[in-house]
Amino acid sequence: MSGNGFFAMGGYAAYVWPCFALVIALLIGNALAARSLHRRAREEALRRLDSGQDRP
Amino acid sequence: MNWTWLHKFASPPHAYRLAGRLAPWFGWPAFLLIVVGLYGGLVLAPPDYLQGDGFRIVYVHAPSAWMSMFVYGTMAVAAAIGLVWRIKLAHAVAAAAAPVGAWFTFAALATGALWGQPMWGTWWVWDARLTSELILLFLYLGFIALRSSIEDRDRADRAGAVLAIVGVVNLPIIHYSVYWWNTLHQPSTLTRFGKPTMAGEMLWPLLMMLLAFTLYFAAVLMVRLRAEILRRERNASWLKAELGR
Repeated sequence: MSGNGFFAMGGYAAYVWPCFALVIALLIGNALAARSLHRRAREEALRRLDSGQDRP
Repeated sequence: MNWTWLHKFASPPHAYRLAGRLAPWFGWPAFLLIVVGLYGGLVLAPPDYLQGDGFRIVYVHAPSAWMSMFVYGTMAVAAAIGLVWRIKLAHAVAAAAAPVGAWFTFAALATGALWGQPMWGTWWVWDARLTSELILLFLYLGFIALRSSIEDRDRADRAGAVLAIVGVVNLPIIHYSVYWWNTLHQPSTLTRFGKPTMAGEMLWPLLMMLLAFTLYFAAVLMVRLRAEILRRERNASWLKAELGR
């Protein structure tokens, strides 16, 4: 890694890259989690409608 | 003063549709700004004269820390509106925001530890800044746990709101901790008054990331809020129309 200036991060690679990887993973994860939360809430609402549990 | 406009605005069908329309308008600019900000921070910005390339952690650490507080502020304001005007949508906003804020707080603590180790020689110190940020994480987790422990939704909303509002005390403590107490943590890079303590070529990627994370939160909040509205809503007629049944 020391041969490549950019990826070596001046000797701080072991600290810099985990930080960026963690935060980027968190951004992607939270966005996907929000979408699946909405999808599941939608399916659940449709099930409720079909079973007639809600007030008309 | 007449507040009917607020209640109309806060009606579930209106909010559900508005949140759906707004989400991409927040999400796409956030995505583009993050890509440009990362390139600026990792490639274009020169290394720091003291910290070398290690300072680049600021581009993910500072925005995460900023969001940990901004999301809490949003959550507490929404909770207060919910308590005072008895608007359920406001409680839904607070509930939708909390997990995102907790994740940003975790990110601020973790990237801070990864920055502290090479620069200070330690992952963690029990000083005011780090401890108050850890308390913020516990406030988020407490808010989430308290809500989920109460079966009745209205009671969960109110109890959670009280906790969120009381916890606001912690925000100025976090912000001013680096001035009030001795700490290893450096003071703010950006202050409202006075010049930033950073060169322009280092500063613009940071400003982009701060804006990007804020827009990102807005986008995620809109999607989570839609889910929250669907879970709470028991009025079948608009659900039928909205979901096409």
